[in-house]
Amino acid sequence: MTEISLNIDGENVTAEEGTTILQACGGKSGDIPTLCYGDTITPKNACRLCMVEVEGSRTLVPACSRPVEPDMVVKTRSDRVDHARKMVLEFLGSSVDLSLTENVTEWNAEYGADPERYGDAAATVTQPVKVDNDLYVRDYSKCILCYQCVDACGEQWQNSFVIEIAGRGFESHVSTENDVALTDSACVYCGNCIQVCPTGALIPTSEYEMRAAGTWDEDAQETTNTICAFCGVGCGLTLHVQDNTIVKVTSPEDNAITHGNLCIKGRFGFTHVQDGRTIPPTADPEAHP
Amino acid sequence: MVGLATVFGAGGGTSSYDEAEAADVIVMWGSNARNAHPIFFQHVLKAVNKGAKLYVIDPRRSETAQFADRWLGLHVGTDIALSNTIAREIIHSGFACEDFIGRATSGYDEYAASVEQWTLERGSEVTGVPADAIRELAHAYAKADAAQLCWTLGITEHHNGVDNVLGLCNLALLTGQVGRYGAGLSPLRGQNNVQGGGDMGALPNKLPGFQDVTDNDARAKFDTEWGVTVPPDNGWHLTQMFDAMERGDLRSVFVIGENPAQSEADVSRAVHLLESLDHLVVLDIHLTKTAELADVVLPGSASWCESDGTVTNSERRVQRVRKALNPPDDARDDIEILLDIANRLGHDWSYANHEEIWNELRRLSPMHAGMSWARLEDLGGIQWPCPSDDSLEPPYLHGRLWADDSAERGRPAPFSVVHDEPPVEALDDDYPLRLTTGRRLDSYNTGVQSGAYRSPNRLGETIDVSPEDADALDLSDGELVRVSSRRGGVDAPIRIDPALRSGLISPTKSM
Repeated sequence: MTEISLNIDGENVTAEEGTTILQACGGKSGDIPTLCYGDTITPKNACRLCMVEVEGSRTLVPACSRPVEPDMVVKTRSDRVDHARKMVLEFLGSSVDLSLTENVTEWNAEYGADPERYGDAAATVTQPVKVDNDLYVRDYSKCILCYQCVDACGEQWQNSFVIEIAGRGFESHVSTENDVALTDSACVYCGNCIQVCPTGALIPTSEYEMRAAGTWDEDAQETTNTICAFCGVGCGLTLHVQDNTIVKVTSPEDNAITHGNLCIKGRFGFTHVQDGRTIPPTADPEAHP
Repeated sequence: MVGLATVFGAGGGTSSYDEAEAADVIVMWGSNARNAHPIFFQHVLKAVNKGAKLYVIDPRRSETAQFADRWLGLHVGTDIALSNTIAREIIHSGFACEDFIGRATSGYDEYAASVEQWTLERGSEVTGVPADAIRELAHAYAKADAAQLCWTLGITEHHNGVDNVLGLCNLALLTGQVGRYGAGLSPLRGQNNVQGGGDMGALPNKLPGFQDVTDNDARAKFDTEWGVTVPPDNGWHLTQMFDAMERGDLRSVFVIGENPAQSEADVSRAVHLLESLDHLVVLDIHLTKTAELADVVLPGSASWCESDGTVTNSERRVQRVRKALNPPDDARDDIEILLDIANRLGHDWSYANHEEIWNELRRLSPMHAGMSWARLEDLGGIQWPCPSDDSLEPPYLHGRLWADDSAERGRPAPFSVVHDEPPVEALDDDYPLRLTTGRRLDSYNTGVQSGAYRSPNRLGETIDVSPEDADALDLSDGELVRVSSRRGGVDAPIRIDPALRSGLISPTKSM
């Protein structure tokens, strides 16, 4: 691997050839905000929140996908960058429900974004929640069209190809084939789309119902990493536990076996440890008369 | 495990999941991994999407076969006929890897002579697979830079399952498709920790770490650590245990986390034999059909989320499971239950925690010696063998076979002469249909674990029938039928499944 030297925010850094500006910034510059970026999916440059300034470039460039080049001079903050991020946050925030999206409140404050300023006239993607199966719901009022679910369902991981982006412009939306219900689609309910969704547009039914009932309490949840008990592959699981009950299962995205992916059994098949477990210790003299 | 241990001296898959991504030919034999091992199959699909050829050998045109470049739909139980035919075609085409055969194997001449009768024509006739498909697979497998040969219960769950595995090992030896990164043999274990159970000595002829029960030196080490005399004789495997129950030689049984009253092939015999025992104890997390027959039921904990410990997966990776939940009030940690039983039997077993038990294993099993819990934590699991605290072995096994130095190569891997034996259950006019089970994506074995959650795709219990047979028998989709064997029968609705061929029917595995 060739090491490349570049300058980020006035500091000389090195990065391996082929890495992106975002990766080159590493943890150090966790300040580059990202919405559509996920660790397990090839960047699609969809949200434009991570734009940075590169000396000599006419336009801003997306840090998530632009590879580093020798002697590149990058500015992760400037008036131009901040203005672009403010507009992205406002356009997305005024049209999409970002209430379950991490960090948005902080970013709005940081960049002076005020999605409310467009008033009630702002066009939105508001629509009814799609509840058509027992395992997960699709609330496309929260969808920023990051493409991660489409790519996770498609060639990058699951290869089921159940969903795609349909429509054009503002009418673009994630859709099953002919917009049929999931239960009429080829969906196998692996939930790998839920795993990558950054905005809560896709969430397990259990979480959706607890949120609706006001009982979902992330502060009261503990997470524990363990191994799935179905089949012999040995997928890594993260159990999200609230009040001694598993309320959600995810998989660590840095797990070398799963890369964050699971099948329907691993992601949803945990209820057997919580239901019907009342066997008293018995000594049954009648069992073998 | 027996087949691989016979050939290579280690009862584990030779490759890692990641290596599938480096292969240019992948053969899935008797494996519907798309449904049964979906996350392993994602690694296979990475390779396929990069241009690797995928061959699927299965009597059913399974979900896995739908991703294949070529599906070889063999007749049930003709796996050895097919592997021998592939071998002959490789030999006659000049694609056998003479370098590897010469340096790393034994028994080649006898093996080559034994497959000589398996011409493409004969193989095709016996297996039902077109000759050109057998030829294509044989050439692709032999000529691949790195080929993966993967299998599951379609190979092992036969009366001659060991011979089936030996037949596949022969192909790897013949072509040198083992002992290199990307080239190997990958048995995908049907259940979580099947590999770990064997590794820990839950085999009738093995102590932990695959040390032979009949090996005096190995036993002496355990005698010292445990302060007892380990019996020097091999025990019984499950089939032999049921035979012993029938003879009256086995009168008391302790079942842990297994549901033989539903999972045995001949369920009515299994239930009868379990009922006739003097004493049956079942430790499980649910009141299974087997537990319903028990004198004593001990409510245990779900090992993957209510207890600490390790499991071992199909790529020999020892992984930590961790307690996330407290078990229900009456249930206890399985280890506590076992300790209590041992102590009531007059022993003095005590361990401060689960890690201490693991460390005892590390003292006794050289292949686990280097796996401290701290290292397992840091590395996200470690593949065996791991004899050393400060180094790791390659992700694939048996690289030694390619060494130039004969001492380093060690024991040559033997070819095995294996003969085609048709299924024990012969077809006749009274029983004209062949039945083979399959696992559905959303269901698992007898349904104790998977029955509880609400899967939108659950089809319910059905007998799947080919469109041709449904037509011939004048059956319509969903119609209730009785399927009878020489031992019993079940009633279930049929589901017409174009993945099946005439003469082959398939119930869900849990039925």
